[in-house]
Amino acid sequence: MFEIENIHVSYGAIRALHGVSLKVDEGSIVTLIGGNGAGKTTTLRAISGMVQPISGSIRFNGRDITGYAPHQVVKLGLAHSPEGRMVFANLTVLENLQMGAYLQRDSSWIAKEMGFVFHMFPRLKEREKQLAGTLSGGEQQMLAIGRALLSRPRFLMLDEPSLGIAPLLIKEIFARLVELNRDRGLPILLVEQNANLALEVSHYGYVLETGRVTLAGTSADLRNNPQVQSAYLGG
Amino acid sequence: MVPPKSQRLLIATLAIAALISAFSGRIDAYLLDVALGAGISIVLASSLNLINGFTGQFSLGHAGFMAVGAYASAMLTTTLAPKLMGQTELLQWVVFPLSLVAGGLLSALVGVAVGAPSLRLKGDYLAIVTLGFGEIIKVILQNLDAVGGARGLTGIHTHTSLFWVFGSAAVTVYVVWSLLNSTFGRGFVAVADDEVAAEAMGLNSTHYKITAFVVGSFFAGVAGGLYAHLKGYLNPSGFSFDKSIEIVVMVILGGMGRHSGVIVAAVLLTALTEVLRSFGNYRMIVYSVLLIILMLTRPQGLFIWPLKKRKST
Repeated sequence: MFEIENIHVSYGAIRALHGVSLKVDEGSIVTLIGGNGAGKTTTLRAISGMVQPISGSIRFNGRDITGYAPHQVVKLGLAHSPEGRMVFANLTVLENLQMGAYLQRDSSWIAKEMGFVFHMFPRLKEREKQLAGTLSGGEQQMLAIGRALLSRPRFLMLDEPSLGIAPLLIKEIFARLVELNRDRGLPILLVEQNANLALEVSHYGYVLETGRVTLAGTSADLRNNPQVQSAYLGG
Repeated sequence: MVPPKSQRLLIATLAIAALISAFSGRIDAYLLDVALGAGISIVLASSLNLINGFTGQFSLGHAGFMAVGAYASAMLTTTLAPKLMGQTELLQWVVFPLSLVAGGLLSALVGVAVGAPSLRLKGDYLAIVTLGFGEIIKVILQNLDAVGGARGLTGIHTHTSLFWVFGSAAVTVYVVWSLLNSTFGRGFVAVADDEVAAEAMGLNSTHYKITAFVVGSFFAGVAGGLYAHLKGYLNPSGFSFDKSIEIVVMVILGGMGRHSGVIVAAVLLTALTEVLRSFGNYRMIVYSVLLIILMLTRPQGLFIWPLKKRKST
């Protein structure tokens, strides 16, 4: 369904990715784990067209989308919820969600999906008219996910959804993500530093180190891998 | 069909401007001059607010765009129009407003040329480019004999009245306001808040930044035309870096991205200029000190009402 092959990315003279390849199958949650500076965020940015790879290819549903601009990528149904939540602080919760539906024309679909998001995260409904900048970290993450859903994704990419969020809210958010994947069959590419959590909810995982994939396997296998255990799972 | 509230407000403002304008003969000439200056400042500050305030860019070249509009419209009314139709009443009521629009359009066109390359980049490039642009325009005008060069352009008809100034101010505020209060317009705020997230939503952020810049440049050009036909004389040195900074200060003082705050700041600062006239050349120092004090005490701008910043639509 989605596949990137051997992409190289550099920021000026600094090479961030040295040939990363990965695959996301229909209906699965795939996670990308690794330490700081391993290239996780860069991989997502390359997919959504925010940085252009020097070489390699990105394919989505059989179409080569390498070199597409971000707004073209979104149009195809790839939603990217960027790192650090990045909600529009000076817009209200409702307006943020409307921005998510920026490219959608079908207003009855938008209304229905808006209802779904509010059902999924009732806190957002309570804070509908509030400026997004005044929400707590966890609520902003819920908003970022809801906003991504309103772009009608056929593939969802989440960058560090657990970053800086209270543990209770992390649990709730991840439970919703798993339901989303199960009920809708929505494929998710999850970038996480919290490897424990990521390998728990995902089906397949890749370990990224200094711009290269060093390990790949089913999440269950990775969890039992001694290397992964010592480097990422704290034991 | 009843037009929406914002349109009714616009029409009412235009009507009031026309009414007061009819009695402008009775207003003290000095006061009238200050009021007209304040109105032009509103046009300048509100249009820059769209670029620097709402869209989060940083333009330092508003005076340059003002100069383009000023010279363009002055050339139209002084040289071209009289040749074509002679001195008639038409000049004030038809040619003058058309020249304002023409000046604005030329300024917008220049805005595309300046903005398109620099706004594709993220970061402070726009500030650097517009800073250079302002100086380039000034130097070109100083050396262009066709527009008087460094001696300046004289003999411009003084068509600018309260009606045209406050009419333009009302239209500027209306356009900026309605541009922002639409689904399309929320994109400006989104781009300012977070460009990466905005792009992840499928917005073309370059497109938004250029739109804001070009609309802003257009109204700076209109303000220039008003200014030219108010003073009756143009000198390139009047459109220096100081002038651009003056407009930036209005936007910052008013609270970046606040409609009413910026209008109040434009009026206040214009009045302040008159009050500070005795300081002469030290005015810019007083300005700077004011700005520093403001940054330390009210970084959010002078006129912010707590929390409820914007009415949601």
